[in-house]
Amino acid sequence: MAATTLERPVAARPSTWFVWAGMAAFGVFLLGILVAVVVDSFGRQWFDTWFPDGLTVERYTEAWDRFSLGEVVGVTVGVAVLVVVISVLVGVPAAYVLARRDFPGKRVVMLLFLLPVLMPPITYGIPLATVMYSFGLGRTLTAVVLVNLVPSVPFVILTMTPFIEQINPAIESAARMCGARTRQVFTRILAPLLVPGILAAGILVLVRTVGLFELTFLVSGPGSDTLVVAIYRGMTAAGGGEARQLISAMSVIYTATMLVMLVVALRFVNPTQLVAQVKEARDDD
Amino acid sequence: MSDFESLELRGVGRRFGGVDALAGLDLTIKAGEFVALLGPSGCGKSTALNCLAGLLPLTHGEILIDGRRIDTLPPERRGFGMVFQSYALFPHLSVEKNVAFGLQMQGVARAEIDRRVRQAIALVKLEQHAKKLPGQLSGGQQQRVAIARAVVLEPSLVLMDEPLSNLDAKLRLDMRTEIRRLHQSLGLTTIYVTHDQEEALSLADRLVVMREGRVQQVGTPDELYESPASWYVADFMGYRNILPATVVSVSGGGSGAEAVVELPGTADGGVRLTGRAVGALGAGDQVRVAVRPDDFSVVPADGAATGAAIPGTVAVVEYHGREHAVSVQTGDVMLHARSATPPEVGGAVRLTAPVERVLVFPESLDAVVPLEVAA
Amino acid sequence: MTDGRATASLRHRLAERGIDPTLLLLVPGLVVAVALFVYPFSYGIGLTVQPTAAMQEQWGGGILANYVAFFRDPFVFDSIGLTMRLALPAALFNVLASVPVAMVLRHRFRGKRLLTSLLVLPITLGTVLTAQGLLIFAGRQGWLNRALLELGLIDEPLQLVNNYLGVMFSLVITGFPFAFLLISSYLSGIDPSLERAAKTLGAGWWQRFRRIILPLLAPGLATTFILTFVLAFSVFPSARLVGDAMGSTRVMSLMAFRAFGEQNDYAMASTIALMMGAVELLVVVAVLGLRSLLYRGTTGGKG
Repeated sequence: MAATTLERPVAARPSTWFVWAGMAAFGVFLLGILVAVVVDSFGRQWFDTWFPDGLTVERYTEAWDRFSLGEVVGVTVGVAVLVVVISVLVGVPAAYVLARRDFPGKRVVMLLFLLPVLMPPITYGIPLATVMYSFGLGRTLTAVVLVNLVPSVPFVILTMTPFIEQINPAIESAARMCGARTRQVFTRILAPLLVPGILAAGILVLVRTVGLFELTFLVSGPGSDTLVVAIYRGMTAAGGGEARQLISAMSVIYTATMLVMLVVALRFVNPTQLVAQVKEARDDD
Repeated sequence: MSDFESLELRGVGRRFGGVDALAGLDLTIKAGEFVALLGPSGCGKSTALNCLAGLLPLTHGEILIDGRRIDTLPPERRGFGMVFQSYALFPHLSVEKNVAFGLQMQGVARAEIDRRVRQAIALVKLEQHAKKLPGQLSGGQQQRVAIARAVVLEPSLVLMDEPLSNLDAKLRLDMRTEIRRLHQSLGLTTIYVTHDQEEALSLADRLVVMREGRVQQVGTPDELYESPASWYVADFMGYRNILPATVVSVSGGGSGAEAVVELPGTADGGVRLTGRAVGALGAGDQVRVAVRPDDFSVVPADGAATGAAIPGTVAVVEYHGREHAVSVQTGDVMLHARSATPPEVGGAVRLTAPVERVLVFPESLDAVVPLEVAA
Repeated sequence: MTDGRATASLRHRLAERGIDPTLLLLVPGLVVAVALFVYPFSYGIGLTVQPTAAMQEQWGGGILANYVAFFRDPFVFDSIGLTMRLALPAALFNVLASVPVAMVLRHRFRGKRLLTSLLVLPITLGTVLTAQGLLIFAGRQGWLNRALLELGLIDEPLQLVNNYLGVMFSLVITGFPFAFLLISSYLSGIDPSLERAAKTLGAGWWQRFRRIILPLLAPGLATTFILTFVLAFSVFPSARLVGDAMGSTRVMSLMAFRAFGEQNDYAMASTIALMMGAVELLVVVAVLGLRSLLYRGTTGGKG
């Protein structure tokens, strides 16, 4: 790209400084929140001083045992992975149809997939939880996975549809003209091209599922609580809640779990940004 | 892939939402022939190609190879090769793997695949790019990969959908030569869709000119160039001067008769011109007169002229290498001619053309009966 | 010519209208949507007209007792206003603040990646962790108050959590990155050469923003507003954890959950949940209406 097309960051303008100041404030809050939780979780005791008087890791072992976090982390990871896999398997084929076909009732179908994303989770969560309990699924892992699918499947569909639309349909025709059958078009051509999009959608679903509180909270119970729900229950437990530092320790474990999953997931994303590469190359000639 | 003797399209049509994208296409193609479908966008040429490929189902008619119907087969079982306008290379596969894809689909043995892929890549001169991804190649190279991918299967028929339209002018000329060379050396039966008449004339053995889903004329480049069947075809064949006119008188009858026409809006309220009638004409008919720029001679206003001459003023002179393109204003009409020497801009001139090179067509295009020309 | 209609079978005519076996790929998605969304939703609507005996006795109205209760009981009804008072300013702030930030971060400069990731970080934190962090960081004994006291800016600790402000902070911290990401992607969709063209025509930066960027961004702004509003509207954990759950942050979702989890009145809970959806859709429709109005307004003004 030619240097002339780059605009220099406009440094001197007061409005720009205003933006930077706002961002700095945001950063201070953000880091303050994060660091405060981490420091608190390692603190022995911390009341009205700048820093706790002494550090310890006891809070972690204590929280781990008290809330049986081994199980909770296992549930969190398991539920997240299951939800990601199912929503990709269900959502990608549907996204393909919506991207490539015109059929009667397409708008209704689109609306059906859009509504769960637009509605507040509680709105459909409460009737859904009621149904789950009446089917005897209350407080089970099955219920937790199922309720998480409600926003996740439409989310995969909505993110994958434009992604599929940008893949030239002539590529599929070309594969057919080369003698590929429908199944081969999907496995040999489309699947590799969709990998970056699927991974991106999958990671977003993963983050959402780990962080999703409302729906899980409505149907989960002991043995099927995810980390967020466990933390919430800890904070709101009868009698003023659990000791603050235990909650902080749990929160740090939550963030660590999220980060580990993200890092693992992101490791798979980078090598295959093929579609973007191809698009760039096209722009050049 | 077994070769065939002839490919026959019988009344092939495709209706979409009540509109005929393609109607009543009858065409017989012999093995080894290079046929170009020519027309502006929306004329049905790409529809015809996609129907032939099997990518679009037919609504009417049938397609036969040596008398055997193939229009009911899915595209992957017709054994045709296709080159797309957008290249449509598989972006995640290297050049080699793109070319090998079709052979893998056919279950050809690995050693055989390697050999044929190497051969095909050598044919399009991309040996040193074999390991690259399509995104790393230029447009022209990508189109060569697409061609190699189509011909490596030794298909009984190669379909090309405006393969050169995404390339710049110079590359287009090179690739045109390349395609012609490949066709001559491999002898693959080819159907080529384009909106560029120069491309079609230089490549094809036979041209099919289409308009609004229907065939206007079928013939060799020479036939179409010299004797277009309608002003629409003439327009496509480089008859840049197409003017509405009224027939004053016709001597003799039917095609080939000499017709005197009056061009409204030209100098002195209407110049009279004599030309050759294409189709039956009568005095008073509304017609279109077609003259190629090359057939107009620019003569000085005071010079001696043979036959009818149109007086006018030189408006624009463009240098075109060995000759000059001259635009002459006559009344409200701008006429285009060629001249070896550049006339002076603003000077008064006269344009003359031999009677047999001034073609007079009926205005209506619907009455045109495609000329049946034996291949 | 043979029979022209020979190849136009029923199957073909269906395919012509877009109905072919490929559509089967939609089935799993539709099953999930119908079984887990449409069915429970309709079931929930059915529940709302089956009020408990206690409800009917207290509020009357027969099978509509739940609705009567919703509108008559100020404790429940006022939660609409309380939710709006939180969600509307939060969504508005997030969208409006995102525009200048996204504009500034549009250009290339060193450290852009770091800054962008910092802005996006809260998405991974989640509301519950943010709440815990806010309680510690912005509490009476927290670093924020401590620093302000030391600097002499305040005389006594500010009450920043366990009230309206705390929930607002939480909504901005979780909602802003989301709005920023969306606005950034909309901005990157605007061809930079348009702005350069405007520059060559002599437009200053405000004119370029006002006449070129803003009209092109308007639909994106509306969409972003709707999505951040939805996010803020369903505020639940933070309203309970860093808010004043019985007072200024008694939002609808808390009311719905109280009926569901604490009173085990599924019918009333569904009623509140549905009304919540209805109120939200009203706002969404209003914004969409405003968008089309605004859009016409700007083009009309220019023409």
